[in-house]
Amino acid sequence: MGILEVKDVGKRFGGLQALGDVNLSVKENSVHAIIGPNGAGKSTLLNCLVGKLIPDTGSVMFDGQSVLGRSPHEINQMGISRVFQTPEIFGDLSVMENMMIPCFAKRDGSFRMRAIENTMREKDVVEKAEAMLVDMNMADKRHMNAASMSRGDKRRLEIGMCLAQEPRLLLLDEPTAGMARADTNNTIDLLKQISDERDITIAIIEHDMHVVFSLAQRITVLAQGTPLVEDDPENIKGHPKVREAYLGETAA
Amino acid sequence: MLGLNNKDTKLLIVVAVLTLLAPFILNPFPAGSAMAQFNAGYPDLMQRFVIFGIFAIGFNILFGLTGYLSFGHAAFLGIGSYAAVWIFKLFTYNVVPAIALAVIMAGLFSVIIGYVSLRRSGIYFSILTLAFAQMSFALAYSVLSNPKFNLTNGETGLQVYADDLQMFHREGLPDLPHLFGLSMRSTYNLDIGAWSFSFNAGYYLCAVVLMLVFYLSIRIFRSPFGLMLRAIKSNQTRMSYTGLNPRPHTLAAFVISGMYAGLAGGLMAAMDPLAGAERMQWTASGEVVLMTILGGTGTLIGPVLGAGFIKYFENIFSKINDSILHEWFAFLPDGLENFMVFIVHPFVGKGWHLTLGILFMLVVIFLPGGLVEGGQRIGKWIKNRGKAKDSGATTEPAE
Amino acid sequence: MDGLILQILNGLDKGSAYALIALGLTLIFGTLGVVNFAHGALFMIGAFCAVTISKILNISYEVIDPNQTDFLGNPLKVKTPYVESWFGPEMGASIIDWSVPLAILLTIPVMMLIGLIMERGLIKHFYNREHADQILVTFGLAIVLQEIIKYYFGANPIQTPPPEALQGVANVGAAIGMDLPYPIWRIVYFCFSLGIIGAVFAFLQFTTFGMVVRAGMADRETVGLLGINIDRRFTIMFAIAAAVAGLAGVMYAPINPPNYHMGMDFLVLSFVVVVVGGMGSLPGAVLAGFMLGILESFASTTWATTTLPGINQIIIYLVAIIVLLTRPRGLMGRKGVMEE
Repeated sequence: MGILEVKDVGKRFGGLQALGDVNLSVKENSVHAIIGPNGAGKSTLLNCLVGKLIPDTGSVMFDGQSVLGRSPHEINQMGISRVFQTPEIFGDLSVMENMMIPCFAKRDGSFRMRAIENTMREKDVVEKAEAMLVDMNMADKRHMNAASMSRGDKRRLEIGMCLAQEPRLLLLDEPTAGMARADTNNTIDLLKQISDERDITIAIIEHDMHVVFSLAQRITVLAQGTPLVEDDPENIKGHPKVREAYLGETAA
Repeated sequence: MLGLNNKDTKLLIVVAVLTLLAPFILNPFPAGSAMAQFNAGYPDLMQRFVIFGIFAIGFNILFGLTGYLSFGHAAFLGIGSYAAVWIFKLFTYNVVPAIALAVIMAGLFSVIIGYVSLRRSGIYFSILTLAFAQMSFALAYSVLSNPKFNLTNGETGLQVYADDLQMFHREGLPDLPHLFGLSMRSTYNLDIGAWSFSFNAGYYLCAVVLMLVFYLSIRIFRSPFGLMLRAIKSNQTRMSYTGLNPRPHTLAAFVISGMYAGLAGGLMAAMDPLAGAERMQWTASGEVVLMTILGGTGTLIGPVLGAGFIKYFENIFSKINDSILHEWFAFLPDGLENFMVFIVHPFVGKGWHLTLGILFMLVVIFLPGGLVEGGQRIGKWIKNRGKAKDSGATTEPAE
Repeated sequence: MDGLILQILNGLDKGSAYALIALGLTLIFGTLGVVNFAHGALFMIGAFCAVTISKILNISYEVIDPNQTDFLGNPLKVKTPYVESWFGPEMGASIIDWSVPLAILLTIPVMMLIGLIMERGLIKHFYNREHADQILVTFGLAIVLQEIIKYYFGANPIQTPPPEALQGVANVGAAIGMDLPYPIWRIVYFCFSLGIIGAVFAFLQFTTFGMVVRAGMADRETVGLLGINIDRRFTIMFAIAAAVAGLAGVMYAPINPPNYHMGMDFLVLSFVVVVVGGMGSLPGAVLAGFMLGILESFASTTWATTTLPGINQIIIYLVAIIVLLTRPRGLMGRKGVMEE
């Protein structure tokens, strides 16, 4: 029994069957990659996991509880954090403020009116956010406006913000899309380090095979809305069906 | 001090000093002089500065922090005024219960209106609040003033009549709104040489309230709640995916700013015990938007500056007529004088709104940060110039 | 039955005005993605075009007529409009009489020019700014336009009668055996509006220009990628929307004597119409315009106002709130259009 259990999930958009009978099981404390060609339904699946979309059929269980019908913030409070393809951060706020918000969310829940307290005097949150910035190697940027950072730094900040919530499952949607090689490698190292040091499960959607094979312990291949095969990385590499559906395309 | 950092404490002290000494500051010209028309230190106008300041501070908590642009905040101001006048009519002229009820009623209405309007964001939210405000205006103006059930007294406006109940009104208390016996109209005039300064009880009540709510708004801005509101403005997607529910946050901000508006409405009624529907019209809602933007959205002091600026110039500009213009341009040759008067004429007197409209457009286009940003830019420029002279350096170190 | 139909008819003229303004608003929303708070002011300027034309046509010279005297026995000054002296008294008088329909000729170029200047001079710079900023700057512009009109025309409503031939009341139900007295000018206004609505839809449906604009409304970026200069078309679209608002205004002048704040009054309601119809949906705007006009007319009957006093003043807002809460996209709104 994995921490995330997806059973027979299907989703239609009008006449288009985006997902059909997807089954997926993510083992606790593993790194699980979901790959597949464009239009395979990877993003749709991800959106079904985080509450942005509600599947037409099937069930999604996280740690024994159904996530279906819950709104994104409820699912997040259950312990699922999401990293977006283009970094979603609070661009108008400083890096430190960005980091403090998830710390507050972790401590105070989805809504608690603390309108009189002084933010900077909430010692526990300030300390935690600062420690997190040190972990993410961006303590020197704490007063910077988040929008003015480089893309790599934004990605780093976003991952840090997700980690600050101490999630049990971290979902990443093509975290290295549009990144330079050096930034991609940094991100891989960061994710490796996170997976090694923390008690966390990582599910990653990725295009870049280099990223997938340097991180994943288990891989699911999606094609046309259904899982083609689920296996360990070494077996996936040689799998004829996968070559045909996916790797063949990229190799050509 | 008071749980604020140094910078905020300084700001609060500046505001306190300015409001407390306003009767001096706003009357810099001797009473009889030609410049006396630029004086603004009379009770009625000073009260308006402060009351609209409170209104704008509240509006800024919603718009400045969350970015939700309400076009219907005047409705809460009107509700506050009506509530206060009803207290005067039924119970007592004491302003404390009147203002308290004004805040409570505005709070209740803002919970309802906010709950509905905040189901949508962006333009939809603006239009929904606009629709609610226009509906409130129509309700107050005609629907709730029929003979069977007269809550607002329609066009005439709600006021206190001699035969009203006034249960707790006693002999010896002033027949006007008062604070435990101190009439809001009582004014002490201090004459120093040619200067004359008025100290009005009503104004000082408003001033004290302003300081309190300004302090409260600083606390909100610096609180975790304020941080969450700014997060909503910045990125609602990230907000939800960080496990935070944006809706109760925005609703709380909406209700707080509605209560500020109710407080302003209550104070307005306390200064002059009547309430009219025109206070709720959407042009009135537009006015507070103008004040906030003009002063500087999302800044602490901006709304107060904007309110003061608009109310001051409204007062001055409206008084200027052609003969005053002729006086000003008298130094020019005749033809040129007439020409200048002709040019300036549309913008003064009744044309104040034209000036305001143009000014507002210019601010939105060129100075989105309002007067505060303007001040900062000028400050920087002066600093840079000073530096250039001192050391020959031409640029500020990058931030 | 007669009464029912009469109420529907009564709602049509206001409904037409709402529909025309809402149509323009939607065109601007849909194509430029801009919320135009100054659109009501354009409607108002249209109405004042009618006033201007009738003033211009009435410019007169005075001659002292020795044959007539006033009650003091002085020779009487007789005013003769130039038009009458140029075209002869009869022809001249009828030109003056028909000043409102004639004003249409002026309104179209004037409004298109104003639209062009507005878009190129102001709106263009706000495409990439927040909606709040667009609302604010057009709101400021609306104040400015309205104050300019107030400065030149004063604060009081100006009576602008329709041509004599189109005054009075006709029984529109005569053909079907019903008694439906209805002001002729309102019939004219309704037909005129239908004509304009039809023209706009035909233009969008059957011309290449319209096709590009419709495509742009659906997906602006892609059309831009096709190498079509979408911006210039949108400028023209803005001018057309301005002209539609102006035409709605010019013909409305005889129904509601123009005053400087009529634009704002109609704007608020037209926004509600757009929202009810569904942001970005042209048929929705037209449908909702007529629907709300008729609804308002029903709420204004004596029966309705005695049962629920003032219901006529709040009905539209109530409906809007209910529609928005139950169908957040409006009656005919499409997913993904102006949603945020």
